[in-house]
Amino acid sequence: MNELLEITTTRNNPHVDPSMGMWEWQIPVYLFLGGMVAGMMIIAGYFLFTGRHKEKNCSCFFIPIVSFVLLSLGMFALFLDLAHKLYVWRLYTTIQFSSPMSWGAWILILVYPALIANILIKPAKWMTNRIPILTEYSKKINEHPFLVKNIGIANMILGMMLGAYTGVLLSTLGSRPLWNTSLLWVLFLVSGLSAAAAFVHLFAKNKYESELLAKADNGFLVIELFVFVMIFLGLLSSARPHIEAAHLLLSGAYAPVFWVFVIGIGIIVPLIIQLLAVNHKVSHTAIAPILVIVGGLILRFVIVSAGQFSHWFNAHLH
Amino acid sequence: MPRYGMVIDTRKCVGCQDCVIACKTENNIPEGYNRDWIVTESHGKFPDIQMEIRTERCNHCSETPCVSCCPTGASHIHDVGGVVLVTHEMCIGCKACVEACPYDARYIHPDGYADKCTFCVHRVEKGEKPACVSVCPTYCMHFGDLDDPNSEVSKLLQSRKWHVNLPDAGTKPNIFYLV
Repeated sequence: MNELLEITTTRNNPHVDPSMGMWEWQIPVYLFLGGMVAGMMIIAGYFLFTGRHKEKNCSCFFIPIVSFVLLSLGMFALFLDLAHKLYVWRLYTTIQFSSPMSWGAWILILVYPALIANILIKPAKWMTNRIPILTEYSKKINEHPFLVKNIGIANMILGMMLGAYTGVLLSTLGSRPLWNTSLLWVLFLVSGLSAAAAFVHLFAKNKYESELLAKADNGFLVIELFVFVMIFLGLLSSARPHIEAAHLLLSGAYAPVFWVFVIGIGIIVPLIIQLLAVNHKVSHTAIAPILVIVGGLILRFVIVSAGQFSHWFNAHLH
Repeated sequence: MPRYGMVIDTRKCVGCQDCVIACKTENNIPEGYNRDWIVTESHGKFPDIQMEIRTERCNHCSETPCVSCCPTGASHIHDVGGVVLVTHEMCIGCKACVEACPYDARYIHPDGYADKCTFCVHRVEKGEKPACVSVCPTYCMHFGDLDDPNSEVSKLLQSRKWHVNLPDAGTKPNIFYLV
């Protein structure tokens, strides 16, 4: 006869029982958009830092506008998630040093001015038509190459902070063993960079940049695979709840979607296609970048959902 | 400074749910939600099987992940007794504290804020016992100051074997179960 372990509870709180499901689609969508915008800020910042804004069709001109829109959409998703919406301003009456969500709220406030400064370097025509004074601001900024460089640095640093904090936010919630790995921020940052490189590669008009980003994306995808290996090594050599959490993705309920969509379609397949493309064996198509972007989105859904499902238990009874 | 805690005798608890009902009426808990609940755990190998009935709620931990993750300071430790509370009008309903609790003791109230057991601090400050403790028909629940070596709860912990829930989670819970 087998060992018996049966636990019944009379608690049935909505979204808590039978397993935690408090955070729904809004959080992974925000984590994805925030991560991709973070990656795009780093890319645009790098282009500004290296003086590529002198090129007429540099991607660093459309990136901040797209980032502005995508980040705002992501923040709107976050807002939709809040259960006490009218009190959202409470985030900005305090800084809670122990709460990564509080850091995030303030990082987001700093991200917007950096994006706007980047936009002002060369505002789009539809902007200058409506607000002619923008042309003057742009002129003044361009008179000081040092300033442009610093706007690039600010975008890179704030992009890193934005990309990293989303992972730190989850990994500090120690009650969810799957998130409780200090490499989660690296995974989210690299995944954000990879999705951003794919996105900019899709829309870049400058051939050099497009090619560079395809190569960079291959690098990010390989690093992402390594980070996954490290995360699983860490979890599998931790306490029993962490081992079970790792198995949720490796062989458990989330394994099919993890292996097929996150690893297979999100990393391996686009990596192979893009490796062939950068080596001029096949021509560049939209397929690989789209797979990378979709894979990044599914990654956030899997991590948020499986993470909530993972939990502590009395290991000596299991 | 007192440190409030509970000592619950699992050998006396029959799982009658009086504590659950008392909490719901005292604290006006909406239908379908619970600040406290009954867990029945059976383990072992036939015929050597053990069963434990526990009344559970927020553990008012000494290490509080639910407080440290709160972005607004709504989730906080009360001045008296180390009771973990939520200031409703400071809570934005971000749910981080719900995710942070290894005991899943929190929920989002239909009015939008995070909610949980308060150890009936409004009663305790008047010198009364928490509602759940006051109604228990088997007297299996004890509430008091864990820092006072002469309190009823401290004496029970000195004289009986006990366990806490999920000690490995590292939250130093302040609800103890006598076995």
